[in-house]
Amino acid sequence: MMKIELRFYATLVKYAEKNEIPQFSFVEIEEGATIASLLNKFNILEKHVHIAMVNGRSVESNQGLQDGDRVALFPPVGGG
Amino acid sequence: MTNFRKDTILFEIKKHLQKFKLSDGIFCDGIDVSTTQKLASAFQLPKREVEVVALENEIIPRRYLRNIGTIGIKGQTKLLKSKVAVVGLGGLGGAAIELLARLGVGQIIVIDGDVFEESNLNRQLLATEENIGEEKTLSAVRRVTKINSSVEVYPYQVMADEGEFKEILKGTDVIVDALDTFSARSALQRAAKNLNVPLVHGAIAGFVGEVSTIFPEDPGLDSVFSSSQKVERGAETSLGTPTATPIMVAALQVQEVVKVLLKIGKPLRNRLLFLDCETSSIEIIEL
Repeated sequence: MMKIELRFYATLVKYAEKNEIPQFSFVEIEEGATIASLLNKFNILEKHVHIAMVNGRSVESNQGLQDGDRVALFPPVGGG
Repeated sequence: MTNFRKDTILFEIKKHLQKFKLSDGIFCDGIDVSTTQKLASAFQLPKREVEVVALENEIIPRRYLRNIGTIGIKGQTKLLKSKVAVVGLGGLGGAAIELLARLGVGQIIVIDGDVFEESNLNRQLLATEENIGEEKTLSAVRRVTKINSSVEVYPYQVMADEGEFKEILKGTDVIVDALDTFSARSALQRAAKNLNVPLVHGAIAGFVGEVSTIFPEDPGLDSVFSSSQKVERGAETSLGTPTATPIMVAALQVQEVVKVLLKIGKPLRNRLLFLDCETSSIEIIEL
């Protein structure tokens, strides 16, 4: 297992609540996990995630994850 | 303007010189607003041109005194000679023009096809109980002129498409994206790229907001917008747009405009600043 930091922002906080974890937390995931498998594990609809960030960089859903990674998920924001 | 004319204006400016104290205790030569107005009227010139002549001779219009310590006389002169467009006059745009006018950006283009409604009152600095139903560009001109009559405002009361953006925005130095739909933002980004003008993107929802600066040669936010193109709006549809968020994001956008115009600091190129005021977090995302 690997431990990563996971952050949910704005409307995606609902997924933290559904999974009964804090908005910002450390979670355990399987070795070889990707963004896509992480979303699957926490029942997060990929279409709701506008940007997935790993260690400060925007990544695609097939991005592999490493122990200690910092992952943040952002919804689309468009208000003016 | 010929050097002879500049010398004539300077001669008149020098008759009205005052001594002002800069922040660090050093005294400088300056003029006040009434002198600028008097000389602009006498020489039949835009007020900002009188201010430029003064600044080029190290005479500081008092209204910019507190800018000088950070951006310098050259920086203030450059701002006065610059033209910035603000596209969208909602929460972001209304706050952006307020700041640009106070900074002393010499020319501001404002574009919006909308009128004020009561639901704007919570956050849009231009909206008041008295101007519900009024064209937003009209209020923008009035507000900027009240703050800084040296600034020239060019209003376009239109919901512009890409072609109109290209026409209206010709000759601008920086464009501020203060729109509220993904399709309009995308059209503006294409127009800015085509015109070879840097664009400062800003967007808000609830207590979060984002800012990014896109130079014409940068890939831009196409990848960010493209996944959203099936929807026109984002998290703001459920979270709304409360009062403080647009003001904070507009302030960050204007700071980007200053950095781009004066070629200082490190603009948010190929990066998206994501601000969450609820958790007091700022994420800088490399795109």
